[in-house]
Amino acid sequence: MADRPLSPHLQIWKWGPHMLVSILHRATGSGMATVGLGILIWWLAALASGPEAYETFAGVIGSPIGILVLIGLTWAFFNHMSSGLRHFVLDIGAGYEIERNKTGSYVVIAAGVLLTIAFWAVVFLK
Amino acid sequence: MGKETTLERYGSKTTAIGRVRGLGSAHGGAHHWLVQRLTAIGNLVLMTFLVVSMALLPAYDYAAMAGWVSQPLVATALALLVISVFWHARLGLQVVIEDYVHTSGNKFAALAALNFVAIGGGVFALVCIARLAFAGAA
Repeated sequence: MADRPLSPHLQIWKWGPHMLVSILHRATGSGMATVGLGILIWWLAALASGPEAYETFAGVIGSPIGILVLIGLTWAFFNHMSSGLRHFVLDIGAGYEIERNKTGSYVVIAAGVLLTIAFWAVVFLK
Repeated sequence: MGKETTLERYGSKTTAIGRVRGLGSAHGGAHHWLVQRLTAIGNLVLMTFLVVSMALLPAYDYAAMAGWVSQPLVATALALLVISVFWHARLGLQVVIEDYVHTSGNKFAALAALNFVAIGGGVFALVCIARLAFAGAA
């Protein structure tokens, strides 16, 4: 690796909501790509294997820790989805003005949390 | 004229685009960028279907789940979802690896492993869906 000068790193910048949205997009994406897809595969494999295998799967995923992981994953999904929609807006060249960019970032964070609450409210109150 | 190479026509300085092509940690990217967006749209549609279905399904036991997945339209949507999501995840993790793994040998190994896991996992998921779909409702 070439010994080039490095650009200023995290500690030098004043934190703003856009930075949080940016790193959350990467963190939630990486989390879903590993844990989320692992559970998706387990779910499909358990269903394809039969009732006994599904029983094992449901036992783990239906436990309090399993539900907590699922809540985390649904939040990761809704956050990543909101953040991804923000990316589409930025891709067309809109939303770079400081105030609008800040507002958009707060909306993304709020939407991720609110959609997660809405989803689990429907599941638990059904 | 037509048989001249770029080098013969413009000399060794080449074009502006030719000088920047292949630079950066990824050595390319327009196609990656576009496919990441296309699969994002696929994910948006198909994950909305999955999440809304999951929220509204009456039960989560084996009979309900297997019966749901084995319906032709549901199995089709889930198969498309697996393709779109695994592809998108593969593209995303590729960027993460390119950003944080700097030694070229390690980077190559990590990207190779990522491809094997993503394609292997995706195909396995498709086989599972196919088995449920072709077996019919349990």
